[in-house]
Amino acid sequence: MSEVIQSSRRGFLGQIFSAGALVLSAPLIPNFAEAQQAATSGDAKIWQSSVYLGIEPDGTVKIVAHRSEMGTGARTCLPMIVADELEADWSRVQIVQAIGDVKYGSQNTDGSCSVRDFYDTMRGAGAAARTMLEHAAAGKWGVSQEECEGRNHFVIHAKSGRKMSYGELVPLTSSTTAPAQNAVHFKTPKEFRYIGTSIPLTDLNDLVTGKGIFGIDATMPGMVYAAIERPPVMGATMKSLDDAGAKLVKGVTQVVSLDIAKPPYGFKPLGGAAVIADNSWAALQGRKKLKANWDLGDNASYDSAAYQKELIETAQKPGRVAREAGNVDAEFAKGGKIVEASYYTPMLAHAPMEPPAAVAEFKNGKVIAWAATQNPQAVQDTVAKALGIAGTDVTCHVTLLGGGFGRKSKPDYVAEAALLSKQVGKPVKIVWSREDDVQFDYFHSPAGMYLKAAVDDKGRPTAWLQRSVFPPIAMQDNPEERYGGFQLGMGWTDLPYPIPNLRVENGPAKARVRIGWLRSVSNVYHAYAVQSFTDELAASAGRDRVEYLLDLIGPARVIDFSKEGLKEDAPANPKFPFDTARLRNVIDLVAQKSGWANKKPGAGSALGIAAHRSFLTYVAAVAEVVVKPGGEVTIPRVDIAIDAGRVINPDRVKAQFEGASVFGTSIALMGEITAKGGRIVQSNFNGYPVARMNQAPLVTNVYIVASDAAPAGVGEPGVPPMAPAICNAIFAATGKRIRDLPVKKQLA
Amino acid sequence: MIQLTVNGKSRQFDGDPDMPLLWFLRDELQLTGTKFGCGMGLCGACTVHVNGAAARGCLTPMSAAAGKKITTIEGLAVKGEHPLQKAWKACNVPQCGYCQSGQIMQAAAMLKQKPKPTDHDIDTGMQGNICRCGTYQRIRQAIKQAAGVKA
Repeated sequence: MSEVIQSSRRGFLGQIFSAGALVLSAPLIPNFAEAQQAATSGDAKIWQSSVYLGIEPDGTVKIVAHRSEMGTGARTCLPMIVADELEADWSRVQIVQAIGDVKYGSQNTDGSCSVRDFYDTMRGAGAAARTMLEHAAAGKWGVSQEECEGRNHFVIHAKSGRKMSYGELVPLTSSTTAPAQNAVHFKTPKEFRYIGTSIPLTDLNDLVTGKGIFGIDATMPGMVYAAIERPPVMGATMKSLDDAGAKLVKGVTQVVSLDIAKPPYGFKPLGGAAVIADNSWAALQGRKKLKANWDLGDNASYDSAAYQKELIETAQKPGRVAREAGNVDAEFAKGGKIVEASYYTPMLAHAPMEPPAAVAEFKNGKVIAWAATQNPQAVQDTVAKALGIAGTDVTCHVTLLGGGFGRKSKPDYVAEAALLSKQVGKPVKIVWSREDDVQFDYFHSPAGMYLKAAVDDKGRPTAWLQRSVFPPIAMQDNPEERYGGFQLGMGWTDLPYPIPNLRVENGPAKARVRIGWLRSVSNVYHAYAVQSFTDELAASAGRDRVEYLLDLIGPARVIDFSKEGLKEDAPANPKFPFDTARLRNVIDLVAQKSGWANKKPGAGSALGIAAHRSFLTYVAAVAEVVVKPGGEVTIPRVDIAIDAGRVINPDRVKAQFEGASVFGTSIALMGEITAKGGRIVQSNFNGYPVARMNQAPLVTNVYIVASDAAPAGVGEPGVPPMAPAICNAIFAATGKRIRDLPVKKQLA
Repeated sequence: MIQLTVNGKSRQFDGDPDMPLLWFLRDELQLTGTKFGCGMGLCGACTVHVNGAAARGCLTPMSAAAGKKITTIEGLAVKGEHPLQKAWKACNVPQCGYCQSGQIMQAAAMLKQKPKPTDHDIDTGMQGNICRCGTYQRIRQAIKQAAGVKA
């Protein structure tokens, strides 16, 4: 554990805590990846203190939630960890949402890392505060600190039977300095009071009574409403604008223009023409009357059907080698049995139920914003760059998020509100319509994959080649970037099968729309291809899928990818080694729980399995599908076994996997964004359907492996196995292999 | 001038009669529990009760709301203690929570028609309400719990 320092009582915390409150901060304890980042970038800011908690003299414990709440439970679960080590009474804890500030360390709530990256830090903050309270009580009583114990909001001296409440001790802590690292006593897991228990969401009551405040609900006095006509094709420029009709709409006050974004697009606002009005409806109506004339530019030639063919063709050609062991070509040349297949997954939109929304005011050279954002520090940076002010002059308050899934890490919409406020001299509320959300997303990449294997007489691969091609997220910084970079580590170069001759490649693709990360990112298409192909090989060999999958993974081992041909210098993470024993275990568990051995295909019904590790969590899923004669697919049941290390809140973890089961079903069965003439074809939930109650799995059972290992991610890892498990089940039920998502295109 | 009753209070509106009830509730009355999700009646996030029946706020023009009794999530029950709200909490239904006002309002109207709903009734009654977090399984469980039917 790192040293704990006492923070300044001024500034932001001074506004939260009354004078006399004990305020502590713990510096961020670096995880390995972050340590690497700091060492290479020389950027010291992320090492500043990240965790704050305070105790009021009345005993109220205030814990700052510095990560965003978009449905994962981060706003509840991180404070649980602090409260546990503090030995606080949860009923006396108040959670305060942090503004964006580098002093908290990373606030970018994505990558399934809130608990993973801050578990130790939160424990440190809680334990240090408890130690200080114990010290204060010991001083008051004139006894040894070792004899004093913080327990459920009191410090107790068992020998004499004395006790003082945390609130009573607050005035006595003023002379207490933060303890040295080795003086902080941490609880053992057996002593945990909250960690490992299913405490309900702190916002639960608000969420069932309509009181929760989301970005779309935030207001500022005197605010006006805006709707924006944006470039319909990436790179389009406005030739002319006729706004006469818009200005005639009752409630519309003015039409203002925003500069069109130039590449690289990053998180920049797209620009266009904005209708300003007295209410949301007038802004939306006015925008419909705008007549913009666009020069569509080069991307007007983007046609997603032609692009799909290009991706699949590119995947047939040699690409950049990312991992290589043995000699694949020599093995293929031997002339044994070869199995090969191409797969495709389309563009996807995030479509959170709350579209991007924010309100911002520019005043006296500074911006105050309220936003549904996954990353308030990115709001500061993006708004500052857009307005030419300092990031420290941007205050970003974080509301609840009506879903995020990665979309709300990119704060282009907050910058729109801030830019418009500067132009109109009032606070501006921006709410994207659903059409805006679907058409101007940072899309999940379409991807083409090609896999080829030579197999022995038992169907085991002796050589394995896999190649994926997709426009990369790196296009945000460099529109010419064509290779996957870090995205290859998501389910592609980390293939866990010990195959003697193995080559993993990546081919080039240029982005024609903005590309971004969506819940589980490249794991979606990589897991789909690998787990479908594994199933194809098992089918080709006539073997049981579970038995074959376990055989391919091989005996339990900890994988050192650098010794198995990984080209990039990716350092192993000692805290989270890839341990195939844990992967095997979740496969065994899900097979047992789903009744795999006893359920045989029949009457259009069958089970399918897929297993995948992502965000350091091991997941195996079994889907039961029923395919009706007309091609309609229903999913009566999904079983998911997970090993995510230590789990803080089992019910919220279960909820994440129940939700991932539905999210993955949308991807498998119906999700598809297409483009024609550079424009996105779909615009709302009619053209871009997501799973409804009657289409979602009827039941998803989640089995959590009890573990003392370090906590891993839970928000995303449930998604990748879903599409392959469903498609493998469809094959088992019908003999129809789905190599091109979504399923509805293939079976309907 | 349009007159209507919202959560028991008399209200007036003299703006564009085509404005959907959703925006009147949200922008004029600051009753923000009713959410915008699609603007086309495709997602159910804006579900309210109009004279006791479920309606999409985004498709109900103010002209059609004239003279009607509107109930929003804020007015569903005193202190938020409708049996569905209690069941929603007991089952820990919400994740992000954004769609849940609409889900609860839709379920409340459905239970008036089908006090003891079957799985098929629930599918039929609730399929117009999207939850992108995927809480459907718990929504079903909570409806059954509130209705006192076997899970």
